[in-house]
Amino acid sequence: MAAFVLPFERPVVDLVEKVRELRALAASDQRFEPELARLEEKTSRLAREIFADLTPMQKVQLSRHASRPYTLDYVKRLFTDFDELKGDRRFAEDAAIVAGLATYHGRSVVLVGHQKGRGTKENMKRNFGMPNPEGYRKAIRMYELADKFNLPILTFIDTPGAYPGIGAEERGQSEAIGASLAAMARARVPIIATIIGEGGSGGALALGVANRVLVLEFGCYSVITPEGCAAILWKDGSRADEAAARLKITAPDLLQLGVVDLVVDEPTGGAHQDHDDAAVRLDRALWSQLTALDGLSPDELVDDRYKRFRALGTFVA
Amino acid sequence: MAWPEKNLPSTDASEKRSLGAGVFRRCDGCGQTLTAGELAATFEVCSLCGHHHKLEADGWQRLFLDEALEPWDAHLVPGDPLRFSDGRSYKERVTASQKKTKSPEAIDIGRGRMDGRAVAYGAFVFAFMGGSMGSVVGEKVTRLFERAVEEELPVVLLQASGGARMQEGILSLMQMAKSVSALERFRKARLPFISVLLHPTTGGVAASFAFLGDVNIAEPKALIGFAGARVIENTIRQTLPPGFQRAEFLLDHGMVDAIVSRLEMKAKIVSILNHLTSNRPRR
Repeated sequence: MAAFVLPFERPVVDLVEKVRELRALAASDQRFEPELARLEEKTSRLAREIFADLTPMQKVQLSRHASRPYTLDYVKRLFTDFDELKGDRRFAEDAAIVAGLATYHGRSVVLVGHQKGRGTKENMKRNFGMPNPEGYRKAIRMYELADKFNLPILTFIDTPGAYPGIGAEERGQSEAIGASLAAMARARVPIIATIIGEGGSGGALALGVANRVLVLEFGCYSVITPEGCAAILWKDGSRADEAAARLKITAPDLLQLGVVDLVVDEPTGGAHQDHDDAAVRLDRALWSQLTALDGLSPDELVDDRYKRFRALGTFVA
Repeated sequence: MAWPEKNLPSTDASEKRSLGAGVFRRCDGCGQTLTAGELAATFEVCSLCGHHHKLEADGWQRLFLDEALEPWDAHLVPGDPLRFSDGRSYKERVTASQKKTKSPEAIDIGRGRMDGRAVAYGAFVFAFMGGSMGSVVGEKVTRLFERAVEEELPVVLLQASGGARMQEGILSLMQMAKSVSALERFRKARLPFISVLLHPTTGGVAASFAFLGDVNIAEPKALIGFAGARVIENTIRQTLPPGFQRAEFLLDHGMVDAIVSRLEMKAKIVSILNHLTSNRPRR
């Protein structure tokens, strides 16, 4: 699964690969079963130990891992009847955000997610998951569509940030993001956002004004990239490690700050080691969160979201 | 000979201003020499070329409001949720900014009057950590909209901010969602929101409520945009065209309704508010 290996994940990746080989053998020969069980247990324990000591910047690297499952990897595993809907009806289609209708456990839902590309060609098409204003305006269309037809909204956050470019500024990147926040705030349907990888600032938040916000174990969410923060504070982008630690952007930090409601565990070695297993875990969390909102009326859903964000912030009165 | 006593005459900022009166200043626009007194009288607008120099928050209040602002929630001061330090602690930076600006935070809000009309007024204090939005700014913008609904007031909000406040991390980002949610409630009350974009309005403030005014008015030549020029240049590896992200660029691209000279701004806003409230829709 993981063709690309970060130096610090090497020992875990080796173990995960051994388990995979043994599992292939066990499929044809039952004698390997006990050995397999033992190795799986050991791998999982070791991986937890090693990953428990990861620095915040190493977790950021995992959140950006080239083999990590992206929005469409989850969409094909969690949903059926996906009807992708494209375009902002104003200027262009932006492939850095994918959106559409789908069936989730028998219910119709609206999906919106950032989409990164695998490999250079697809990354060019997806603009490395950095949307232009068109992407956000497409998202707004989806929020309004969901509101109109009373469908829950599920969003998947995975972006380095909104694209900083000349055209993006000309076409109102700021307005597009602001309007996106507003459209989410007023939607009278349940919204669940999941940070599946990188949650880069306002460009991520434009998909994040939800009743419940989940984050995968190695997802991150930050007001600025650690590199950008270090460049501003110390004029030295290489001090990103330090910035990552100070900014408190890892899943446990986010839970503690109240910015996310739930951390979803990833498979041994991270979501990129087993896309199927990662999807199963996300499915379980998403479904329970979605059904938990079933009792709320449209007005109560808007109020619930209001109160959720209203409570965020620390000050002395 | 004895050393002089320690209590040397101390000058605070207001005295410094009066001490500076009569001193000559060069206009950043035309290079002509003007007295500081002349510039202060025209709210820092050059009488020769019309160049707008920076006007501090108290100057804006004098320019816009008939009488002193009745402040709301001035007691809110920052916490330090991340115990952030970049060599200098966040707390120290806040204290230094408070001392420098004589303001508790990067925004003032309250009730004021413009040509007799009551408004919920908010204005960023750019000199306070670059007008950055942390929890207090987010909370005060939220309360501005909430209280405007309660008191049925239009909102006039003057933006001048570098964006979200890094030192409060992700909680700063959440202020964008919080304040825009409050703005949505305010919108449902069908009250007008006039967003005034001053120099500079960028980042998280630009990308939340700043462009969501019923009417967006910009100051001439104000820098307004999402991403910083350096970030864009580093991303696209091109030099940016002249006038990029200036108010005139935004007007050309349809992002603001009008560019209005500072000296005509109050009359323009009052006129727009009169139109918008002349025939209030039934609720």
